[in-house]
Amino acid sequence: MAEFLLHVNGAPLHVNAPADESLLSVLRNRLHLTGPKYGCGEGQCGACTVLLDGEATRSCLVAVGSVANAKIVTIEGLEQNGKLSAVQQAFLDEGAFQCGYCTSGMILSATSLLQRTHKPTEQQIVEAMDGNLCRCGTYPRIVAAIQRAAQSMPAKGASR
Amino acid sequence: MSLHDQSSPEFARGSYHEASRSVQLDRRDFLKVLGGGVLVCLTPTSAWTQESGRTFGGHELPKDVSAWLHIAAVGKVTVFTGKVEVGQNIRTSLAQQVAEELRVPFDSITMVMGDTDLTPWDMGTFGSRTTPTMGPQLRTMAAAARETLVQMAAQRWQVDAATLTAADGKVTDSKQSRSLTYGELTRGEKLVKIVSSEERLTPVTDWKIAGTAVPKVGGRDFVTGAHKFPSDMVLPEMRFGAVLRPDGFNATLASLDTSAAEKLHGVQVVRDGDFVGVVAPDAYTAQHALSAIQAKWNVPAQPSNEGLYEYLKNNPESSGEESPQHVAGSVTQAIASADLQLENQYTVAYIAHAPLEPRAAVATWADGRLTVWTGTQRPFGVRDELVQAFHLPAAQVRVIHPDMGSGYGGKHTGEAAIEAARLSKAAGKPVKVIWTRQEEFTWAYLRPAGLIEIKAGARRDGTLVAWEHHNYNSGPAAIGTPYDVANQIIQYHPARSPLRQGSYRGLAATANHFARESHMDALAHAAGLDPLAFRLKNISDTRLRAVLQAAAEKFGWGREKSTPGRGFGMACGTDKGGYIATCAEVGIDPASRKVRIRRIVEAWESGAIVNPDGLRNQVMGAIVQSIGGALFEQILFANGRILNPHFAQYRLPRFSDVPRIEVVLLERKDIPSAGAGETGIVGLAPAVANAIFAATGTRLRSMPMAPLHKEQHASSAQFHS
Repeated sequence: MAEFLLHVNGAPLHVNAPADESLLSVLRNRLHLTGPKYGCGEGQCGACTVLLDGEATRSCLVAVGSVANAKIVTIEGLEQNGKLSAVQQAFLDEGAFQCGYCTSGMILSATSLLQRTHKPTEQQIVEAMDGNLCRCGTYPRIVAAIQRAAQSMPAKGASR
Repeated sequence: MSLHDQSSPEFARGSYHEASRSVQLDRRDFLKVLGGGVLVCLTPTSAWTQESGRTFGGHELPKDVSAWLHIAAVGKVTVFTGKVEVGQNIRTSLAQQVAEELRVPFDSITMVMGDTDLTPWDMGTFGSRTTPTMGPQLRTMAAAARETLVQMAAQRWQVDAATLTAADGKVTDSKQSRSLTYGELTRGEKLVKIVSSEERLTPVTDWKIAGTAVPKVGGRDFVTGAHKFPSDMVLPEMRFGAVLRPDGFNATLASLDTSAAEKLHGVQVVRDGDFVGVVAPDAYTAQHALSAIQAKWNVPAQPSNEGLYEYLKNNPESSGEESPQHVAGSVTQAIASADLQLENQYTVAYIAHAPLEPRAAVATWADGRLTVWTGTQRPFGVRDELVQAFHLPAAQVRVIHPDMGSGYGGKHTGEAAIEAARLSKAAGKPVKVIWTRQEEFTWAYLRPAGLIEIKAGARRDGTLVAWEHHNYNSGPAAIGTPYDVANQIIQYHPARSPLRQGSYRGLAATANHFARESHMDALAHAAGLDPLAFRLKNISDTRLRAVLQAAAEKFGWGREKSTPGRGFGMACGTDKGGYIATCAEVGIDPASRKVRIRRIVEAWESGAIVNPDGLRNQVMGAIVQSIGGALFEQILFANGRILNPHFAQYRLPRFSDVPRIEVVLLERKDIPSAGAGETGIVGLAPAVANAIFAATGTRLRSMPMAPLHKEQHASSAQFHS
């Protein structure tokens, strides 16, 4: 056990955890941020995706000891002053979910994609999102939601 | 940190004695909690209608109530049903139907679902039963509630109820230009009305809220992460549990050393016969403790994938003679005299449901009473499992279902609930258990594998004359042919499955459609007929004809001929009141024999549409899910072990596997709504198999058709003839 200072959703948070505990486990079980989900623990499904310095990252594969200096954003950190991010709003508008378990990982992967590539082609969306599983099979709606979000975001300096 | 040896505890003896003081909110307390207002209960037996109008006090509600609805003094409507929301959108579609009949705004309705203390008993959420059964029941109840409110207004105003109208949460007397909100009418009342299913319902053609694309209830909570799934539940003082798994199925514990685990800070090892679990202060330590346990297991020799289908055929569940489900005419004679005869075998592999949220439960004991939050399609079934496991009266167990990360037929059982309850009981604290992905692949149950043998005969002109269909192990769902055939033998042969198997979205309808529709395609080719024309020649069911023609038209069937690189195929069928036709286009690289599904058109009809957006989402999702079982999903096993219990080895459909998909919804407002969560899954596999044949001349008769090799992880799958 060691104490770590994490920067999560814009706030400094102190947490006691073994250095090799996964960031996912720390977020969910020690910081009560349950938006990131466990799906496989092996980086294969993307349900645990968070942003690490803006990059979509599988939090199940990252040890908490390695992220002390990084800025971590979970699904709980996207909404600003009660306003959904463009990607969140687009998922809602497209109804791009069924059970919703994959949704937080999908939204963060999409957020990361749109920060890198403001107007992705369909092929770029498919490639960027291929590591995120939706067992309910809502992929076509998720692609539509990402395209909608891209349309609604300012052309330059797109933020979350 | 002591080893709690519970090797002969209450589980074995059935003598659970603990000072138990019920803290259950019983039905009457529950009504008190609801406060004043009007409570309407629905029972299928009309005898209870005589009992209507009683007050709450001392009133015993009938045992066979299937749902109830409460209108509070502020006009807020709460509906209670034992069904559960798992992504199929019934929280929304059921509320729409209540709003419609009750004449209230949609957002005044709250659905309380799948809580064994608060909702009436329900068998479970499966078999596409919610829409055709619970839908009309809730509509009946809401219509009765509306009539009650109109009567109350008529009494208050001393006018004829027939002169009043109910709309937008109010009863209006237009002659006198006055109205009362439902809240004003129910204030101060404590009325119980028990109704049977005899109310007049609003015709579908008059629907204003039902039948529209109301967005999913609670949608915002799914995009903000606020929604609490079963695995997200947290209780004060909660500990984390994990369970030691055997090395293989049917294994027995040979030796056990838990000393290293017990030395870990805060860890408690719980043993009960061959059940070994740990309880720890945090999830990390629980897994750490589990891996510190040294256990040796005796695993008996068991069957493997090799020779599975012969095994299923040669190991019937019962030793006696089985009789066919359906016999008509004489298949033997008809085949002997048919111009065309065709006989073949088809197989489907075991596949996993792989819900993205694995089994999860949080259990807590208080005063001998057990409460468990868990993800399950059968909250009352899981309550019964807990009652049995702990020898408790049913009233001492409460199961609560937070809307879960889906199930697809795979979460009928309460394994995690029982494990969490066992560990919680031993620890004296609430305990959470979440299965790992490997546990979910290994210790849940699978869609049955199966062997299907079909023998068919047709005349030269394409008229089907004989059909014999035998299904070994996979199941009887949709085993009957929807085609007009005078001579038939249809038989399902249950087998002793070497792996644990159970329900799956669509059950065996996928396997039976795969075999039947592949065989129909082969017959069409043998007769030299177009597959569409051949099917239409043998279908008199107008609903099936309609979806087939709609799909063919949207797809542009017959506009282009298949080539070695590009094939077109179709399939159709019906199950659980849903009618489906699927057209597929596949692309094939002739050199590598890699296949890719390029386009799917699926026409769907299931009577009146309750929510077109939700319906479209279900059908689309079923199509996408079916890609996996059609092309690459299969459980590999040997000697009691699953060989590919990880997503890296068991590929699920991903973004890159998804073709262009067009869903054509046909509506029959004159036909009651059928459930739509399952049958959309049955058409893709045979349509793709038939498209591959059209392109290559190779008939693939085994699902999955293009199994991935371990090193493959590409978006296109290779098939081997």
